[in-house]
This record gives sequence, C-alpha cells and structure tokens, in this order.
Amino acid sequence: MARILPATDVVVIGLGWTGSILAHEMCEAGLRVVAIERGPWRDTATDFPTTYAQDELRYHIRHDLFLRPAQETVTMRNNTSQNALPMRTWGSFMPPNGVGGGGVHWNGQTWRFLPSDFRLRSHLTERYGAKAIPEDMTIQDWGVTYEELEPHYDRFEYLCGTSGKAGNLAGKTQPGGNPFEGARSREYPTPPQQQPYAPTLFAKAALEAGCHPFPQPSSNLSQPYTNTLGMKLGPCTYCGFCEWFGCGNYSKASPQTTVLPSLVRKLNFEARTQCEVIRINKDASGKQATGVTYVDTAGEEWEQPADLVILCAFQMFNVRLLLESGIGKPYDPATNEGVIGRNFSYQTTSGVDAFFENKNFNPFVASGAVGMIIDDYNGDNFDHSGLGFVGGGYMGAGMTNGRPIEGLRTPPGTPAWGADWKRAVTDNYPSSYGFAAHGSCYSYRGNAMDLDPTYIDRFGRKLLRMTFDFHDNELKMSQYLTDRLAEIVQKMGPKQVVKHPRTGPYNSSVYQTTHLCGGAVMGTDPKTSALNRYLQSWDVSNLFVMGATAFPQNAGYNPTNTVGALAYWAAQAIRTQYLKNPGPLVPV
Amino acid sequence: MSARLAAAIAGLALFAASPKAMAQGQEFDVIERGHVLATVGDCVACHTAPGGKPFSGGLKIETPFGIIASPNITPDMDTGIGRWTDAEFVRAMHEGIGRNGEHLYPAFPYPYYTKVTTSDVLAIRAWLATIPAVRNEVVSNQLPFPFSIRADLIGWNGLNFKEGRFVPSAAKPAVWNRGAYLVEGLGHCGACHTEKNVIGGDKSDRALLGGTLGGWFAPNIGGDMRRGVGGWSNEQIVAYLKTGHNDVAAASGPMADVVTQSTSRMAPADLQAIAVYLRDQPPPQDEPTAKPDDVVMKTGGRVYATQCAACHTQPGSGVNGLFPTLAHAPNIQSINPTTLIRAVLQGAKSVATDPAPTGAAMPAFDWKLSDEQVAAALTYVRWSWGNSAPSVTSSQVADIRKALRKEGD
Repeated sequence: MARILPATDVVVIGLGWTGSILAHEMCEAGLRVVAIERGPWRDTATDFPTTYAQDELRYHIRHDLFLRPAQETVTMRNNTSQNALPMRTWGSFMPPNGVGGGGVHWNGQTWRFLPSDFRLRSHLTERYGAKAIPEDMTIQDWGVTYEELEPHYDRFEYLCGTSGKAGNLAGKTQPGGNPFEGARSREYPTPPQQQPYAPTLFAKAALEAGCHPFPQPSSNLSQPYTNTLGMKLGPCTYCGFCEWFGCGNYSKASPQTTVLPSLVRKLNFEARTQCEVIRINKDASGKQATGVTYVDTAGEEWEQPADLVILCAFQMFNVRLLLESGIGKPYDPATNEGVIGRNFSYQTTSGVDAFFENKNFNPFVASGAVGMIIDDYNGDNFDHSGLGFVGGGYMGAGMTNGRPIEGLRTPPGTPAWGADWKRAVTDNYPSSYGFAAHGSCYSYRGNAMDLDPTYIDRFGRKLLRMTFDFHDNELKMSQYLTDRLAEIVQKMGPKQVVKHPRTGPYNSSVYQTTHLCGGAVMGTDPKTSALNRYLQSWDVSNLFVMGATAFPQNAGYNPTNTVGALAYWAAQAIRTQYLKNPGPLVPV
Repeated sequence: MSARLAAAIAGLALFAASPKAMAQGQEFDVIERGHVLATVGDCVACHTAPGGKPFSGGLKIETPFGIIASPNITPDMDTGIGRWTDAEFVRAMHEGIGRNGEHLYPAFPYPYYTKVTTSDVLAIRAWLATIPAVRNEVVSNQLPFPFSIRADLIGWNGLNFKEGRFVPSAAKPAVWNRGAYLVEGLGHCGACHTEKNVIGGDKSDRALLGGTLGGWFAPNIGGDMRRGVGGWSNEQIVAYLKTGHNDVAAASGPMADVVTQSTSRMAPADLQAIAVYLRDQPPPQDEPTAKPDDVVMKTGGRVYATQCAACHTQPGSGVNGLFPTLAHAPNIQSINPTTLIRAVLQGAKSVATDPAPTGAAMPAFDWKLSDEQVAAALTYVRWSWGNSAPSVTSSQVADIRKALRKEGD
C-alpha cells in the first residue's frame, strides 16, 4: 500500500514546458508546489554540454533523451478492424522524458495559430457552409479566442526570447513579417536569425510566385537575451544539432534555459524526479482530486495529497492517466460519446527534395528553426472552394541540420550502399535540399485513444491504445501543399525535384513529427470536451490539464507556442479566479 | 544518570545561564548591524560544515600545515561560545587568543579582524548571541606535530601579525576609507587574494595581487589595468559582487560561495566603497612576458576555434552575463594560470543569484583535451586580442590534472 506523505497545495505531474511554467506560476502565487517527474533531472552543462552534445548516434539514433518503451509505451493500429500492437521502439514520434521534457529537444519553431483556427468549425461553416466539413470530421471551436490568448502568446515568446519579425502589429501589416498572422501587441523579443543561402534563394522564388516569405519565428536566439525571469540566453551558433538534442550553448529556449534555475531558487518548490505518477486519486464523490499516487525507483508507492492537481505530462500520457484514474467519460467511437480519448489528431507533414548543380548550401550551418517560410497556404489563408479539402500548412526552406547520418540525400535510383551510393552522397550533400510543408491534421471519429484490452505495463496497468489514420481530407491537402511547394522550388532552378506528399496509411515506424494532439480537449460543451476553456476538468474541478492534449484538432503549425500560451492562460485563470473561489470556473 | 535526568539538568543549566546571556546587547539596531557585519565577514562560510547547521563549525580547513576544523560559534553553552564574555570575544577577534588564553591558528583571519572597531566586534557578538544554539563538539586542532603546538604561534605572530585597529587615511575620501576598512578588515579579501610566505603569512608588499589557495589561484584584485580590476568600472565591480556576474565576467569556484553567502547580501554602498578602494590599489611593476612560439599559437588557435569559440566567440568577446569575455580579461591574464587550467580541465559553474539566476556553466575538457592541447589553447587565449601573459606549459597542466584526480579520490 502507498505510504501517505504530508499534504501540499499543488502537485504538478511532469516537469516539462507546462509543468515548469505552472509550477513557477503557482509558487509565485505563494503556494507550496511539488512537481513529480518520472525521468531524471537534466541540466544544460551536466547533461548536454557542448563537449559531447553533438552526438548523432547517441541522441538521434539511440534516443538517449527519450522515454524508454520498456518504461511505458503505447499500442498502435490504423483502425478498429485491426489488432493494436505495442510499439517497442519509437518511430513516427518521440515521447520525451526527464526534466525539461520535449522542451529540451524541440527545434524551436515558435508559431501562433491563426485566429480562425480557434473557431474552426464556426469559421468553415460561415465561409463554405456546413457541407464542406466531412461527416466524420469532429473538428470544433476551442472555447478560447486568439484575442484572449494573445497576451499569453506574448508572455511565452518573451519567456523564450523568440527571434522573428512581426507581420501584423495591432492590425497593421508589417513588411517582412507574416501578413496572415493574427494581430500582435508588440514586436518579437529579438530580431530574426540570419538566413543561410538556401532559405534566401527560396524566399526569392516564393516572392516571384506571388507569395509572402518571412523568417520562421525561432526560439534559437539571434542575439543575447535576458528574459522576464532574469534568465540569460545566448545567440545560436548554427551547430545543427537542435531537434533530438539538448542545447549546450544556452541559445535554445527550454525549461532549463528559461524557467528552471529561477524555479529551483523558490523555497516553496520541490521536485521529485525518477518518480512515476500512476494515478490521480479522487474523493468518494469522484468530483474532487485528493492528490496522486506515484512509484519511486525502489518500487515503493507513495501518495502525495494535494489541493490542486495540474497534469502536465506529454499528450498521450495525460490521456492515459485520465483513463487510468477514471476521470471523465471514456470516448466510444461507435456512439461518438464520451470525451477522454476523443479528437486525437497529429500533423500532416510532407516534403520536396531538390537536387541542384553548382550550388553549395553548406547544410551543416543549421539551426532548429531558422528558415524562410510562406504561410499563403495555411489554415484558411486561401480559398478552399472546389479544392475538396479544408486545412493547410506552412511551407518553406528550414535549415535544421546537415548531420552525417540523417542529413544525407541522394536522388531516386541511387543504390542504398556501396561505391555508387558514396559517390552520390559526396556529389549531393552540399547541393541538395529538403523543403518541407507542415500541414494541419483535423480530428475524426475514428482517430481516438483508449486503454488496450491486451497489453499491460510493468505495473500491470493497461497500455494506452492509439487508433489513427490519415483521412482523405488530409491526404488531398498534403498533395496540394506539396505541389505548390514544388512549383516554388522549381523556380530555384534545380536539376531534379522529387515530391514526397503524405500518403496513407499512417506509418508509425518512420519519423514524421512528435506533434500528437487532443485526447482530452478543451471546449464549451462537456459532452464534446474534457476540459473547459480554462483547461479545467469538467468532471474534477481541482484538476487542470495542460499541453496539446487540449487541442480539439491540430492546425498547420508546430504546437509549442500554443501550448505555452494555454499554460499561461490557465495559470492566470487559476491565480485570478480559481484560488479566490475554488470550484468550476465555467458552470456545467 | 538516566537520559531523562541528564536532559533535565541540561535544561536547567540553559535556564540558569539565560539571564547572563540576556544581559548582553539586545537592541535591535546593534543586532541588525552585527548581522550585516557578520555577512561582510562571511563567518558562515568557514563556521559551517557541509550539511551542518549554520555556524555550528566542523568545516575542515586545509592549511599548508595540516587540517584545522572550524569551531562552533553558536551560543551553545558547552560546545559553542555561549559562555564567552564579550571581552573574550573581542580578544579573540583582535588578538587571536582563545577563551583559555590559547593562541588561535590564523586559519581564523584575526590578522584582518584586528582592524575591526571594538564597537563592530561587539555588534557581531550581539548578533551571534541571537542565532539558534547548536550542540556540536568540534576538535579544532587536528594538526600534526610540531604544528599542533599552539605556542608556535607566538613566533608566527611576531613575523606576520600586527595588532591594531584600522586607521583611516585623512588624504582619502570617506568612501575610500570605508572600502579599505571592509577589504582589510572583516572582508579579509587578502586571505585568498594575497600571496603567502612559507609559513602562511601574508606577503604584505604583495597585498591583493593574487594568491594560491586550496588548488585555486585567487586573482589580482588590485588596480592593475591588465591583471587586476583597474580596467573595470565601479559599476562592473559592484555588479560582480552583487549578482556574481557583470558584462564580462562571472564568479565561480570558491568566489561563487563568497558571492552567495556574503557579497550578494551586502549593502550597495559598501560594495561601491570596496570598488573604489580596490581600483585605487597601486599596480606592481609588470613582469615582462615572452611571446609564445608560433607553432603553439597555431595549435592553440585550432583548439580554441573548435572547442571554445562557440561560447566565448572567435574574437574572445564572450556573451554578456553568460560566457565570460576573454579579451582583455584580468583573470585570463593572471601571471599564475592555476585557476584557468583548472576551469578547462574540470569545468566551472558560475554562481546563480536571485538577480542572475542562470548560473551558466562550462563543461569539463579533461577527458577530451591532452595536456599539450590545454596548454596551447590557454597560451593562445593569453596572447590573443591584445592579451599578454606567460605561456602555459603542458607540465603545468599535467600537475594540476594530477592534483584534481587526487582531490577527486
């Protein structure tokens, strides 16, 4: 049986981006906070120092920073007619682990979603009519507007020191920025990163194509920055080891570089690492959480009572903990009823490879989020009439890496090994380039999460089961985006262009992106959402759930900035409303 | 005697002793001033063992002659200084003489504290009487024979100790004199930053020009433009002491603890006074240094470009508040390279303070770079961008590598 610990005010489950932000906010509110993290403590100089952080084999191939599937994994199937099987090695997404979470090894793309993304069903119905939305597409409005989130986007960006150029300041379009973005209250904290050669050429071609190129907003900083908590960040060195890696140069915004050193100085904060929360406990009424139960590395069970529980784990583990704890009604795709596991979505990525002559792109001069981008084909920035799909994505020339294992690109028809392969690698390494489109992924009745009936973890608990496939809408959109991207790339004068639109079925074994979304979404109706507009559980009012778990569907952007904005939005609601009068912030 | 009876007697003793303790200064302003002064003196640093209660002593201090454990200075009646009279406390601070008339070892920096006014010493005494009493028996003298003979110190004092309070200089402004009082007295900066003679006394003609202690070289903090803090502004010195960082440098190693426990908690006016005084210290005749071999510079330049420049930048400018500037940096140009070698081999963690919480750190390179590479890189850094300092040899690196390995055992 679990041993019971002295009660605390707040327990935070998972010490990644949202856990760090919420713990800091709750400490600032004067509350005693215990954060429980199942992975190890991680610190820049100790765990990813510049002396060895650039180790592709260790981090990219051998997944050093990521969760071990032996500790927890998921089972996967494309549809309900299949038997789900456990993932024994990670593939299309990389569940984070340890203090800092995904914030340690993200690329730093720091996007805001479009204003129309937050009222997607209403917006599309208004513009194209209800019939434009496929019958099994379960997209919905978020219950929060862009305008409400704007100050919180701003806070997260100023925490990170994000480098970029505003395209819309208080409604006025700014030259050089993204003209499609929602209004910003002020400029980015730091100017855009300097663009390498290939992105510069892409921007020129995009301009010729009538599009609106701009520098990708990046939390790999262009210059030294001191954030709102007094934390210092340095300029990015373009080392090209960003995604999959921790940054040893203090130049990528992460919980380690922006929050944690300030948080650990607070006497009302405590972190317990290598401790895995296995359940959120409820009182007899089932309407209040009483705390959590966790297991340490000795296998001992501990109960940590708390007045407020904030669930800050990675998307799928948030969903699993809610299902395990019996909080919220599990979703049933057959009846389309229930909320936990509902509206699970992903990201529809695609690419265009181009092979040039007499070009040297120096691909190793790279940074996670540097690049020139167009947003002309994202969300509803373009007329979808007659296209047969809704949604879109950004596209462009990012310059994330030219790493020696991953960064080798050869033209179709090249043998996979031997002298000809080596020659092709040598010839094409400097002069080939991979362009990317980053498409939305809307939610569907068939894409859901529940507990697996067969496979269990080391504690005997059921694993989470993932049922997911790309739908026609996303595949058509991906084809369309990839074609538009290839048209622009063609203007750059390559000798060969190879299109890689996303095709079905969804393949979980090849890396695409770690942007898993939904499963316990926010909204205005407790029948179709697990959380209210403040990310508070409809069912258990002293439980808040952070992260992309709350996205009703995913937009054509990387999620981190929206995750950060929602964290500050929820933190503000807790501090200004909930603590004064604990209970549901939205009447049920 | 039963445990309960012993406890009752101990309780009674405490009760009986209280009125005497109460007779000492209880005025808030005296106690508060004592707290401020004890912070300047950084008493807590030596009088607290790792993991121990503050001021309860037991820290093992390595001296060239052996180990001395710091005594318990909490008001505990039996193991602390609860039974000391004010006069005994003042005598210890001013003369280095213990309660029973024994000579105290100069690991206790009474050669500095003798300069502190009696009124300030009594204020510290008043504050120390208010902190929680901790029962912790410490055997201070753990020195080997013959150094264990305290009478040896009569001779030592004759050579190294001059009793007497601080005398302000009429020619200098009040702020300078305040700085001098703090630096030469309670601050005991010279305990680390002044070179020692063979018997551990200060070389008074080398005051504040840097000293070696515990495997570190505490740099020159005098007014030398190249190797001291003469090239820094008062504001840079104050920021360094207050936050552990300024735009060009960061405190790490033993100085990190000094910042944490002492200087970050000091009044800005006192830090300003210290800055004024330090910058006014006359520089010594600079030692001419020979330009290193071109081959060494080339090797060092390569190591620097691949291993160091990502953070410290190719022109050695560093990054404000994060990575120290190397160009024109005083500690980089220290005559003695011990601390630099140590930082490269072992890494260095800068201090984190409330206003500068990042506490950026440099990783260790001992596993990655050979003695020759470390020596060449440091020589390169000490001779680039207008810097000038003696070359670092691979045997110097080898010696420190060996010493660090021993330290780690």
